[in-house]
Amino acid sequence: MFKVLQNEMHVPNIHLLVVEAPEVAREIKPGQFVIVRPSEEGERIPLNVSDWDREAGTLTIFFMNAGSSTDLLASVEAGSEIPTVVGPLGRETEIEKYGTVLLVGGCYGIGSIYPIARALKDQGNNVVTIIEGRSSYLIFWEDRLAEVSDQLIVITRDGTKGLKGHISRLPEIVSTLDTPVDRMIINGCTHLLKRGSDASRPLGIKTIVSLNPIMIDGTGMCGVCRVTVGSETKFACVDGPDFDGHEVDWAELRQRRRTYITEEVVPTRTSRCEEHAASRRDG
Amino acid sequence: MIMPEKKKLDLNRREMPKQPPEVRRQNFNEVALGYRAETAIEEAVRCLQCKKPLCVSNCPVEIDIPAFIKRIAEGDFAAGAKKLKEKNLLPAVCGRVCPQEEQCEETCVLIKKGGQIAIGRLERFLADWEAAQGGAPVPRKPKRTGKKVAVVGGGPAGLTVAGDLIRLGHEVTIFEALHKMGGVLVYGIPEFRLPKAIVEREVRYLEMLGVRIVTDFVVGKTRSINSLLEEYDALFVGSGAGLPWFMDLPGENLNGIYSANEYLTRMNLMKGFLFPDFHTPIKEHRRVATVGGGNVAMDCARTALRLGAESRIIYRRSREELPARLEEVENAEEEGVIFEFLTLPLRYIGDGNGWVREIECLRMKLGEPDDSGRRRPVPIEGSEFIMPMDAVVCAIGNSPNPLIADTTPGLEIGKKGNIVADDETGRTSKARVWAGGDVVMGAATVILAMGAGRKAARSIHEYLSSG
Ligand SMILES: Cc1cc2nc3c(=O)[nH]c(=O)nc-3n(C[C@H](O)[C@H](O)[C@H](O)COP(=O)(O)OP(=O)(O)OC[C@H]3O[C@@H](n4cnc5c(N)ncnc54)[C@H](O)[C@@H]3O)c2cc1C
Ligand SMILES: Cc1cc2nc3c(=O)[nH]c(=O)nc-3n(C[C@H](O)[C@H](O)[C@H](O)COP(=O)(O)OP(=O)(O)OC[C@H]3O[C@@H](n4cnc5c(N)ncnc54)[C@H](O)[C@@H]3O)c2cc1C
Ligand code: SF4
Ligand code: SF4
Ligand code: FES
Repeated sequence: MFKVLQNEMHVPNIHLLVVEAPEVAREIKPGQFVIVRPSEEGERIPLNVSDWDREAGTLTIFFMNAGSSTDLLASVEAGSEIPTVVGPLGRETEIEKYGTVLLVGGCYGIGSIYPIARALKDQGNNVVTIIEGRSSYLIFWEDRLAEVSDQLIVITRDGTKGLKGHISRLPEIVSTLDTPVDRMIINGCTHLLKRGSDASRPLGIKTIVSLNPIMIDGTGMCGVCRVTVGSETKFACVDGPDFDGHEVDWAELRQRRRTYITEEVVPTRTSRCEEHAASRRDG
Repeated sequence: MIMPEKKKLDLNRREMPKQPPEVRRQNFNEVALGYRAETAIEEAVRCLQCKKPLCVSNCPVEIDIPAFIKRIAEGDFAAGAKKLKEKNLLPAVCGRVCPQEEQCEETCVLIKKGGQIAIGRLERFLADWEAAQGGAPVPRKPKRTGKKVAVVGGGPAGLTVAGDLIRLGHEVTIFEALHKMGGVLVYGIPEFRLPKAIVEREVRYLEMLGVRIVTDFVVGKTRSINSLLEEYDALFVGSGAGLPWFMDLPGENLNGIYSANEYLTRMNLMKGFLFPDFHTPIKEHRRVATVGGGNVAMDCARTALRLGAESRIIYRRSREELPARLEEVENAEEEGVIFEFLTLPLRYIGDGNGWVREIECLRMKLGEPDDSGRRRPVPIEGSEFIMPMDAVVCAIGNSPNPLIADTTPGLEIGKKGNIVADDETGRTSKARVWAGGDVVMGAATVILAMGAGRKAARSIHEYLSSG
């Protein structure tokens, strides 16, 4: 069992979870993920890790309330325990001295890009971090990211903070930098990963994306996480989650992520009024 | 009860009742129902109590078969169960899933006359009887040796090593990657063949013996083998053969195409059949094809059937060559699984929305025997045809997961990704590291994995006692 120390909504629909998992905290590296199970009946939910404290043995995770399982995770109270936190899973993000690195984080990726920024900064890179959200109220950890970045750029869809628009403004941003960009790394929802990769391709910037296909075990046992990268099938949980964004078959990834849309998403998005009505009728 | 002095040979193997096919295909309960006490005694009385029992020579964990059968014949089930447990930690499991027809029962002297003793069914009977009495009494703990052993993997191989070494007084910790112990017994083999409560019971028994169990711990990720060796005197790797194979066919990543591991894990480990009470979904498809012909394929096809689908098996050879146990093939046939023999899938065709809609297949005929002695399937030219299908389960095989191999310097790995270990001792090329079960042999059987565990435990004990 793993003790939850903190679990609260941090910005609308994105939750901050701090959980005790000393063995994982001791080993985890930037870009790796864990799998958590909120209850004995629960699904195995893969989540990136946004920070850790090796001494205290804790992990900090941001998760979006996306469906029934993350909804259940959101309801776990601080002080109680959850049955599974396993990891670190996946390969770590490759950290080297590249020169100038553009980091892009959206949604939970605003958090999970942080340890990557920190590690790249430690290696002496010029770190430019872009965070993106629909509106200003969805932006978080600006101060922490600023500490480990040479430059921090905020983009909001509605222009309530920073630049207006989304990651497609990449060419403008790149043109304002003093140095050419040697590498780009994106964390966040599939949409952002793809849009960012599309934007960087014409600029010839090598782009690494942290993929999030459906997973079960996270150890290479089931194959549900398979993605096509450069016409080869890879298991994202063990071969990734980082891949070259210009090589990923995005259409296939999107389609595979939609497999359980009728079972999972539809029920949580409807009010179930019909069921209530029916149960009243029945007695 | 007293054994009759001289009796006529009774060659009539007592049948075990089963749920009727029309009923069982609608539920996930166990298919075979087990002997009643009277039937078990009748069956046990048939055993000749051979002085040199040939049956025992073919049981990988060396159960004293005539001895436990004698106790049943005498009606002393408690003594029989105790006898069994001396050699086999998982009798309720082996009695159900051992391929007895090619193990103990194959060498029973009565097989020549077609009346071999139903050893597996008797084993199961005793184990279930004991469980119904509230389980085995916990034996007294032996003197501690102070030596520490780490076991990687909670499948049959690892459980056997742990059970043997804890009884010799060593301190044992099992590290298991998943959230439940049991390996394939919990994530692979379906409830209707092996109820999960049985595996849980056996694991609990190990815990009562003092084995420490750590789930949610991926060796090679959470901690490396080298790091564990700093803390433990010896280490056993029983991590199984969990990496699923695909066929590399066009369209294989379409939605609705699963590995057998995924399909069975959703059902068994995650209890998809209880969705939404358990939260991992499984699709209810109308037409499901399982590709393959082994036990795994039978399990997938019979699972699909129970989920309400029209269920087919696509196998490239004929019925004769099916590698699955005959009993399971017959069960599948009775339940209504449709077999497409001499058929090879060529590619999967999507519906335009990312879901599989059809399989293009080719018919085969049997040619000359190949290395395995089975007749080789040869394509019949121009026999391509289309089979409409909403889902496909790929059950063509598994090999060891490379995670441990990749993170353990000095561990010799064979061509197929298996860990190289000595047949007799389970020793690997790395000091203080033993291995056994599917990770060494490739996908094999429960009892072979347990046999390998037993040998490794013996060798580990020798090592720990000599140093
Ligand atoms: C390596 C990796 C890292 C991730 N990191 C984070 C993170 O740090 N924060 C975060 O909020 N989310 C992260 N995700 C996504 C997160 O796992 C899913 O949002 C979550 O599992 C959805 O579960 P649900 O039951 O609440 O939603 P569902 O109702 O089940 O589904 C909502 C959406 O999530 C996808 N999904 C469903 N089940 C899974 C699954 N088991 N694995 C992956 N996707 C699934 C579905 O395709 C669907 O589009 C990560 C995914 C992966 C693979
Ligand atoms: C569907 C199916 C049906 C079968 N039916 C039969 C049958 O009827 N009769 C029969 O005799 N055999 C059957 N088998 C085969 C049998 O189950 C296996 O041969 C047997 O389970 C092998 O035991 P094992 O202990 O070597 O490995 P496994 O049972 O595979 O156990 C290995 C364990 O190690 C864990 N693990 C892996 N890597 C790590 C790691 N890095 N760190 C920690 N833990 C790890 C795994 O999660 C797993 O729990 C079947 C197999 C399948 C898949
Ligand atoms: S363990 Fe298997 S091989 Fe051994 S006696 Fe029992 S059924 Fe036969
Ligand atoms: S060989 Fe057959 S008859 Fe002889 S002891 Fe074994 S089970 Fe009994
Ligand atoms: S999640 Fe099962 S193989 Fe990747």
